[in-house]
Amino acid sequence: MSKSTMTRRGVLKTGAVAGAGVALPTIFTASSAAAYTNEPTGGSVTLGFNVPQTGPYADEGADELRAYELAVEHLNGGGDGGMMNTFSSKELQGNGILGKKVEFVTGDTQTKSDAARASAKSMIEKDGAVMITGGSSSGVAIAVQGLCQEAGVIFMAGLTHSNDTTGKDKKANGFRHFFNGYMSGAALAPVLKNLYGTDRNAYHLTADYTWGWTQEESIAAATEALGWNTVNKVRTPLAATDFSSYIAPVLNSGADVLVLNHYGGNMVNSLTNAVQFGLREKIVNGKQFEIVVPLYSRLMAKGAGENVKGIHGSTNWHWSLQDDASKAFVKSFGTKYGFPPSQAAHTVYCQTLLYADACQRAGTFNPCGVAEALEGYEFDGLGNGKTLYRAEDHQCFKDVLVVRGKENPTSEFDLLEVVEVTPAAQVTYAPDHPMFAGGELGSCNPGA
Amino acid sequence: MLGLNKKDTSLMIVVIILTMFAPFILNPFPVDSAMAQFNAGYPDLMQRFVIFGIFAIGFNILFGLTGYLSFGHAAFLGIGSYSVVWMYKLLDYNVIYGLPLAVLTAGIFAVAIGYVSLRRSGIYFSILTLAFAQMSFNLAYSVLTPITNGETGLQVYNNDPQVLLGANEATSPHLFGIVMNNSFKLDVGAWQFTFNNGYYFCALVMLLVFYLSIRIFRSPFGLMLRAVKSNQNRLSYTGLNPRPYTLAAFVISGMYAGLAGGLMASMDPLAGAERMQWTASGEVVLMTILGGTGTLIGPVLGAGFIKYFENIFSKINDTILHQWFSFLPDGLEDAVVFIIHPFIGKGWHLTLGILFMLVVIFLPGGLVEGGQRIGKWIKSRGKSEDSDSGATTEPAE
Repeated sequence: MSKSTMTRRGVLKTGAVAGAGVALPTIFTASSAAAYTNEPTGGSVTLGFNVPQTGPYADEGADELRAYELAVEHLNGGGDGGMMNTFSSKELQGNGILGKKVEFVTGDTQTKSDAARASAKSMIEKDGAVMITGGSSSGVAIAVQGLCQEAGVIFMAGLTHSNDTTGKDKKANGFRHFFNGYMSGAALAPVLKNLYGTDRNAYHLTADYTWGWTQEESIAAATEALGWNTVNKVRTPLAATDFSSYIAPVLNSGADVLVLNHYGGNMVNSLTNAVQFGLREKIVNGKQFEIVVPLYSRLMAKGAGENVKGIHGSTNWHWSLQDDASKAFVKSFGTKYGFPPSQAAHTVYCQTLLYADACQRAGTFNPCGVAEALEGYEFDGLGNGKTLYRAEDHQCFKDVLVVRGKENPTSEFDLLEVVEVTPAAQVTYAPDHPMFAGGELGSCNPGA
Repeated sequence: MLGLNKKDTSLMIVVIILTMFAPFILNPFPVDSAMAQFNAGYPDLMQRFVIFGIFAIGFNILFGLTGYLSFGHAAFLGIGSYSVVWMYKLLDYNVIYGLPLAVLTAGIFAVAIGYVSLRRSGIYFSILTLAFAQMSFNLAYSVLTPITNGETGLQVYNNDPQVLLGANEATSPHLFGIVMNNSFKLDVGAWQFTFNNGYYFCALVMLLVFYLSIRIFRSPFGLMLRAVKSNQNRLSYTGLNPRPYTLAAFVISGMYAGLAGGLMASMDPLAGAERMQWTASGEVVLMTILGGTGTLIGPVLGAGFIKYFENIFSKINDTILHQWFSFLPDGLEDAVVFIIHPFIGKGWHLTLGILFMLVVIFLPGGLVEGGQRIGKWIKSRGKSEDSDSGATTEPAE
């Protein structure tokens, strides 16, 4: 059946051309064996900023991007230097990192693991990024952290609050400055006890993914230790925008506290729904009904408006803190963008500075060298007081803030007030704590 | 050659050349030039081109031949990925175990879903498949969390059994020791070309299934599927039952999707539930229509087109725009950036949407029709005198 038009001459011709084509480029090959993935050879070094620009966490992503740009400006010696002046380590000179000018590429994670990994991969493979940072969702952060471990680059986690990021799913190439669900529980519990007593019935609404699950577990454990009873735990899809159908059953459950394990756009919508259903005016079991939002941010408070007044939660950092570092950061961020930074902006700014400083101290961009410089590193002057990067799980240990929605805000940014600063010792746990068990760091991977 | 007629042989050869030389073709700009932004020759994107090409080729066997528009093919993609990752977890990182299983599992699911859905045709069929896919998505996303690891995505942990894992074996996907992630970089002057094992593995698989799809298109079975598309009633009146044929087409295209999903997990050992979402199902419909429904090469072109936009346009940000237009006076520069801003970065959907509309309105046959028109125009310019030469009547097939 085959009808071939091949001739001997034709085959020879094609073969010769193809052979020449394959042979030719090898003349120019200068295969220099790099010591690690994307070793910067020129006068600049590229960092990859992978944040959600669309989806439920887009607001946080946009603020993270602003902070990254600010950090790059400061590293390259522009602006007023921000927290570089207050940072306890004085290695950074304002001439980039190790004398190389810092450049960056951005990508959209779409708050989806797949898209985030694709975007991170293109940064590593195409743009030659030597470090990836970002993520406003723990699912994404864990997925990208795994990718970075395989590819042999450092991952500096942004806003990720799940216990798993530095617990079950921890990786040797991944580092987290942000606090986690367990810390929120440990910080909130004493405050809740003072406010609402020890005889309460809690109802959990939880975003259905790794962060929601671990935060729910942490908060339930912490409140049950106070004597509270957990009535029900209901999981809601991350992509949900209307929570009415989840709020209605709360009214008849006999619960008198609603714990919203939601973040970003989810929390704005669920809290608004809860308030619309009149939950906050209700008296259940002879007690005032209360709502708790364990992970709080100013951007969420802004989105939820009036509804956040008097609602308690925990946060990693708040712009109204009065230490020198926080003031310096708020000043330089405010000068550039005209409004104060969010906790997401703060944590990614710190992460970028910490990475740069670690490279500087290690004298290399090699992930193994950088990891060694970060492990067990104690620092101060980044707005959270004395902080330790623990070697066992690459988690930062620092003070945690308990905040409350302000009753009488003086400006559109003055939405939260700090109720208590929980000292780091109170939120520290053993590396093999059951909520964090089951994972291994493995060994650092420099790739190539 | 190999049971193909002359035209198909040349098409096959063109596809072979395109895929084998893709690292050159997709990297036309020097690394340090401003245009390097538009280079697509890096492993991840090249892998995506061929993997989604396979997905679209399979989808085209169902949609292009029988006219049944499935809105739930992403379910099979996800199933394929989960199968492969589970094989990593249980056996080891060799993709040889996972890929056949991915095809098989996707096939089994396709039989079940197809058997129910194919009882209806037209819009009802589409809705049924969509419903099944959304069911699969929700199962994977929350109900079956122990199997799928929910939103976090299924991944391999150090404490997984991996019973076949040897002491010196690679700890990322490989085929008998050929590690998918490994690349060979070639510097030619200012250019850099990347040859990636994973890409060439996917490309070879794609060539194989592309060949298979040509054979299906040209086979009596393919002719029967076309008959289903053109008039199902008439087919029934001649005493033929179209159902087994459509079910076979559905299962074949489901297996193609499973293979594509399996390959995705072979390149990157993670399976996420989003892969099964309806947007992913819609994407393959767009790819097929954009490229040219019912044509052989169309779906592959469409897949490449959409993935290029998703990965290249979404990464252009304002800083880059300012660099491009820095030659303009300040006010004008800002104005131009302001106008272009909605179409780049996160606005790439908008650009894609506009292009999709233009293609559908002006080139109903997709990119393939565009290519044919250009071809004809060049030909007619070459020999405008004997214009009636192209008007020879072809025998009816």
